[in-house]
Amino acid sequence: MSQVTTPLADTTQPGERDQLRQRYASHFKPLYQGNWTAIFIGLVAFALFAFGIYKLDMTFARIWGGLGELGKMVVLMMPPNPGTWAMTKVYLYAMLETLSIALLGTLFAALVAFPLGFLAARNTTINRLVQFMARRSFDTLRGVDILIWALIWINVVGLGPFAGVLALFMADLGIFGKVFSEAIEAADNKPVEGVLSTGGSNVASVRFGILPQLMPVLLSQVLYAFESNTRSASIIGIVGAGGIGLILSEQIRTMDFQPMSFVILLILITVAIIDFLCSKLRYAIIGARAR
Amino acid sequence: MIDSRPRLLETAYAQAVALKRRQLWLGISLLVILVLFSGHFAEISFSKLHENIGSFVSYFDRIAHLDNGRPVISDPAEWFWGWKKWLALMGETLLMAYLGTLLGATAAFVLCFLASQNLTQSKGVVFLTRRLLEFSRTVPELVFALIFVVAFSLGPLPGILALAIHSAGALGKLFAEVVENIDMKPVEGVVAAGGNWFHKIRFAVLPQVASNFASYALLRFEINVRGASVLGFVGAGGIGQTLLEVIRKFYYADISALLVMIIATVMIIDAVTERIRHKLIGMDARS
Repeated sequence: MSQVTTPLADTTQPGERDQLRQRYASHFKPLYQGNWTAIFIGLVAFALFAFGIYKLDMTFARIWGGLGELGKMVVLMMPPNPGTWAMTKVYLYAMLETLSIALLGTLFAALVAFPLGFLAARNTTINRLVQFMARRSFDTLRGVDILIWALIWINVVGLGPFAGVLALFMADLGIFGKVFSEAIEAADNKPVEGVLSTGGSNVASVRFGILPQLMPVLLSQVLYAFESNTRSASIIGIVGAGGIGLILSEQIRTMDFQPMSFVILLILITVAIIDFLCSKLRYAIIGARAR
Repeated sequence: MIDSRPRLLETAYAQAVALKRRQLWLGISLLVILVLFSGHFAEISFSKLHENIGSFVSYFDRIAHLDNGRPVISDPAEWFWGWKKWLALMGETLLMAYLGTLLGATAAFVLCFLASQNLTQSKGVVFLTRRLLEFSRTVPELVFALIFVVAFSLGPLPGILALAIHSAGALGKLFAEVVENIDMKPVEGVVAAGGNWFHKIRFAVLPQVASNFASYALLRFEINVRGASVLGFVGAGGIGQTLLEVIRKFYYADISALLVMIIATVMIIDAVTERIRHKLIGMDARS
């Protein structure tokens, strides 16, 4: 009993340890031996970190002072308070606008990306060149940030939520095009052969052979995108593309603290509700496939 | 009597189909109503789009030409006239993404063990840590940046902190999921040999999760490079400030030059980190 209670008791016999050391030499050598690449990477990473701190002026005094300011701001933010009922209505309307932007941007992108996805998939495309071009176009669309798309569309349709819808549309087109074409490539060909072997037409083979495999994947991707677009739509207002972001950025600039925390809370709650609904819906769709 | 069984099947089938049809139509009509409402809220106007779509197309034409009217490709030196300044800004953007990822990953590394149910007994600690991580990843980094710009003043510092907090939230969740999926036998072995909490993490957990952690952190770095390139829109450092300026002032050739630079950088970073990640995952599969 007494042996069990002492932690890490050395139970080896006098000569046994040397034997073990000989037999499992690699387990006994110090960690730094033979790990030169890891040490080199670690040193470079640390050097880069130190250089960054120096270069970007991350002094301790600045961080400490900023944290003090931040603490003061948080105190001023409490409790969240929209002010008047009229302002509450303005915030709620802006939130609805945000959700509308997210919904329409996602939906339009999904509708347009659906046919384009077939062009970018290896097994359904017209030829290799079309597939290559489609893939690269999607890459480019994804490479440009939503905020930049928003700025470009503002030049075209003017300030307001419509520019936001179009910005989300562009960015999502790139994402959907990629994931849709990947889903099409991953589809199993056996159901198609089954439909064709029982005398079905080509259209029937797509409708009954491919679509049932595809739809759950596509719908759950669309729901994911809608969740993330709710977040994006709440910030594109910062550059003037509609939604609650414009209000939030103005409040932060004018240091309107209590309404600011109300708006942030409103965004958090809305995002949480959307996430919850989407995961319920996704589960229902994927459950339907399992049945 | 002979017909009744097939008819039973037929009616059951017809009912099942009718139910699915009803659900489908209900879903579609609900969606249409939502779209109409959103169309109103989002001020959709296809006539406006139709009228101005020409300027969208011509926008790309305009950014593809220099001030003197020649295509940008014809004179790369003129096109990238500010390459020294821009490269420095791009470097600053990358450095911001690096520091943000490193700080965020470090915080996530510390917090993920507290957020995993298999390593932390106290349900309260797990719950609180998870809510903290959720908060940090739900608030968009641009909002953090806006607030930090007020508190820490303009420059890369607020941007780095915003990236770090958002990364900590996102990575903390992913790390905790990895930790919850580990094999618990090595942990039990370390505990049986009398190891403490630190020993448990170092000798039982870390060897199982290190490659996954590194892979996720690299993925986050990719995302943060994109994020850092627009943080300048709110004054939080990097190339975004210059980009916003040239877009607002209609310096068309500069817009395309900066966009080409950002997209090329993002693509290179993506390609490099993807190779490293595949190597890391391969290492994981072999061991």
